[in-house]
Parts: sequence; C-alpha cells; structure tokens
Amino acid sequence: KANFAHEVNIAGNCPIWQCSLCSLSCESLDMLLTGIYDCCERTWEDQTLLHDKSYDMRKRMMTCFCCSFGLCITPRLDCNQLTERKILLFVSLEIDEDPQVRSAATLVKNISYKYKEELSAHLIVAGWDRRDGGQVFATLGGLLTRQPFAIGGSGSSYVYGFVDAEYRRGMTKEECQKFVVNTLALAMNRDGSSGGVAYIVTIDEHSTDEKVILGNDLPTFFDQ
Amino acid sequence: MVWLIGLGYDLSASTFSPDGRVFQVEYAIKAVENSSTAIGIRCKDGVVFGVEKLILSKLYEEGSNKRIFNIDRHVGMAVAGLLADARSLAEVAREEASNFRSNYGHDIPLKHLSDRVAMYVHAYTLYSAVRPFGCSFILGSYDKDDGPQLYMVDPSGISYGYWGCAIGKAKQAAKTEIEKLQMKDMTCRELVKEVAKIIYIVHDEVKDKAFELELSWVGEVTNGRHEFVPKDVKEEAEKYAKEKKNNRRVYRTTVQTVFS
Repeated sequence: KANFAHEVNIAGNCPIWQCSLCSLSCESLDMLLTGIYDCCERTWEDQTLLHDKSYDMRKRMMTCFCCSFGLCITPRLDCNQLTERKILLFVSLEIDEDPQVRSAATLVKNISYKYKEELSAHLIVAGWDRRDGGQVFATLGGLLTRQPFAIGGSGSSYVYGFVDAEYRRGMTKEECQKFVVNTLALAMNRDGSSGGVAYIVTIDEHSTDEKVILGNDLPTFFDQ
Repeated sequence: MVWLIGLGYDLSASTFSPDGRVFQVEYAIKAVENSSTAIGIRCKDGVVFGVEKLILSKLYEEGSNKRIFNIDRHVGMAVAGLLADARSLAEVAREEASNFRSNYGHDIPLKHLSDRVAMYVHAYTLYSAVRPFGCSFILGSYDKDDGPQLYMVDPSGISYGYWGCAIGKAKQAAKTEIEKLQMKDMTCRELVKEVAKIIYIVHDEVKDKAFELELSWVGEVTNGRHEFVPKDVKEEAEKYAKEKKNNRRVYRTTVQTVFS
C-alpha cells in the first residue's frame, strides 16, 4: 500500500532574511522524487518540510541555491533528479564568482519547461547571493518569476489567504521563522495529506541552519 | 631585409620557428597594425570607445561599415584589423552571450565573455588548415555591482583587462595620450571629449585624409546599455577635440620658431 507524505512549503522573503517553506508530496510507492537541494554556505533559505523517509535532502558546499519540490501526485514515475548542483558548480568555477540564485533558478526552469509533458512539479528555488541578497524564484511549469514568497504542495491551497494577509516586507529573521512555522502548522492541520514534522532551514550570508519541529511542538490554532 | 625573417617557418600557424615564435600569429598582429586606430577607456562609471574610421572614398555612405558592435545589451566591442574577420567574431561573441543568458538567466560577466572569445580566437592559431583572425578587439561593459570593465583580445588569443587601451596603427601615440589621463576620477561625459581629442590627435593628416569618428559608451549614463553616443554629445566632443588639436599645433610651431 502506498504511503503518502506531504510537506508544505512556503518561501518568504524579507530584506535580510529569507524564509521558505516547501511543500512536497512524494509517493513512496514509486519511490522517486527527491529534490536535490544544494545549499551552500552562502545560501540563505528557510525551508520547512514534513519529513518523509523517502525524501532526501542533501546539502552541498559550493552551490548557491536551495531547491524545493512541489507536489507530484500523479502516479507516473516523475523523475525529478535535478543535477544542477554539478552544473552550477562548474559555472561558478568558470566565471570565478559564486553562482547567483537566478542562475540556479534558470537551470531548474529550463528543465521544468523542457520536460513539461513528462514532469509535474512546482519547484521553488531560493537562496542568498551577494548581489540581491535573499531571493525566491518560483518555476511553475517553466515560468520563472521572482517573488517575495512562494508556496506549493497539497497543503498550500489552505494557506494562501493566511500568507497573503500575514506577509510583510522587512521582517526580521525571528519574525520570518515564526511566520513560516505558523503557516505550516495551519496547513498541516487542515490538509488531510499533510502532517508530521516541520523542517526549517534558514540560510544567510554566513551559514545554513536546520531545525526540526516535531508535531507536538507546532503552534496550535483555533480548532486544535 | 624584413621579409627574410620568416624563412620557411612562417608558412603555417602550426609551425614554431627555431627561436620559439609562431610567425603567422605575429603577421596577424601586423595586419591589425595596418588598420586605423581604435581606443577604449574605462572611467569610474563607465567605458567609452572611440574609433577613427578612415574614409577611402567620398562616395561612401556616412555611417556604413561601423567598427563598433553591440554584443549584448550591456557589452560593446570596438575592432581594429580585417573588418570581415571582426564581424564573424562579433557574431561568435553574440552567440556566447546569448547562450549564457539563456542558460543562466543573467547578463554574461565580461571576463567570462572575453575568455570564451579569446579561446575561440586561440583555436584558430593551432592548425595549418586555417589562418588566425586578423583583428584585435576591445570589449567593454558596465554592471552596477561590478562596475565598468574593459578587456582587449588580440589575434594570439590572449585577453587582458585594462583601464585604457589602443589598437591599430597609431596605438603607441594613443597609449601615450591615454596614460596622461586621470581616468579613474573622470565620468563618462568628461571622458567622451578626451577620447575624441585623442583620436583627432593621433590621426595622421598627411597619410590619411578624411576620417569619421565613431564614439560609443556604456555606463551609468546609459543605465548599463551600450549605445552610440547621442548626436549632441558627439558634436560637443568633436568641437572640443578640434580646439585642442589646433592649440597643440600652435604650440608646436612656436617651439620650432624659437629653436630655429
């Protein structure tokens, strides 16, 4: 029997700190889909996701983006092995400077668009680079847009209103993390396909921090 | 007897001479020195190009056979040497810039572009089946994070970064003039006039009669886009240049009378 695990992701942006929550659903029956994430010491991103045992998040040193997965609910084999981490590494070596988040996002977008028929995924690419600071790019279906925050996944539809109302520019790191955790908690509460833990990644100029918040420790709201 | 120097080792680019030179590449560099001068100078907020375009016939249409090319929105290229070779290299550079933008989503950094085009030029110096490109060119761009940048590529396939450089027949004289400038403190508007002045000064009136001045710039003044200098700015620059040149001539004749 298939096990479903869903994660809610939202990517949020404040001038200094950038938060992103990623939502991802993978069917462990088909066993694929693991996002390939490359966060480097210089990327900045907040990523909350509900952990799934078939989900794998790898961190590498050199690249500058964090790729989060969107939802793939079709039972087809959606092979989203994004190996840009190597490409991004090579490019940054050649041009002799750290890769930009925009480069990473464009690479992801090109793959999404090229295999549009075969793949069904919304990928959010977020990170930090020295030119524009924290940035979030959404690459739904091959369209690349830079946004202050982005959400995706099955649980995301329940929290569109919340994020639209609650997001403000210029949030501090703590406010951003709180915003992200609240969003996740609300989504996980309402969405039948989401639940479990929240996994938050915070990326800034200097470091990448990861934090796991267990289900019991999530903030509670009205109907809980 | 200059033409005896090569003596069998200069027939193809794939042969070294006993003293370690590749003559074909050196001859290509000489081909550049037969063409008229082009200069590029980098100031604190941009890059200005100036090209002395000799007019061989009064029947030519004004503005034809431009020697300054637009590579991408933010990159300009001024050439000296065989113009046909230069045009095909401009096309190569455009493709590189376009592919980079398509793959990585942002403007190509100028160092990377000049490395790539220099590699391409270098490839033609390795084989006997092809000849090296007979043109040098100067690439310039402006980026709000990295500032203005200027690179020159010569037929041997080397690219150097410069604050100011000159290619073509009067490059020595132009270099002397460029060295006198305090370019790091100047803005593009001031520099345009100086560039026009230098071109007018190095133009040899005895050997080459008429010439057309091409001026272009890229910098904060154009918001990072490479453009030909607008007509009014160009006219002002040319007026300044002619004045300065006349003053120089007067000075020179006065000195001569004193000493004679």
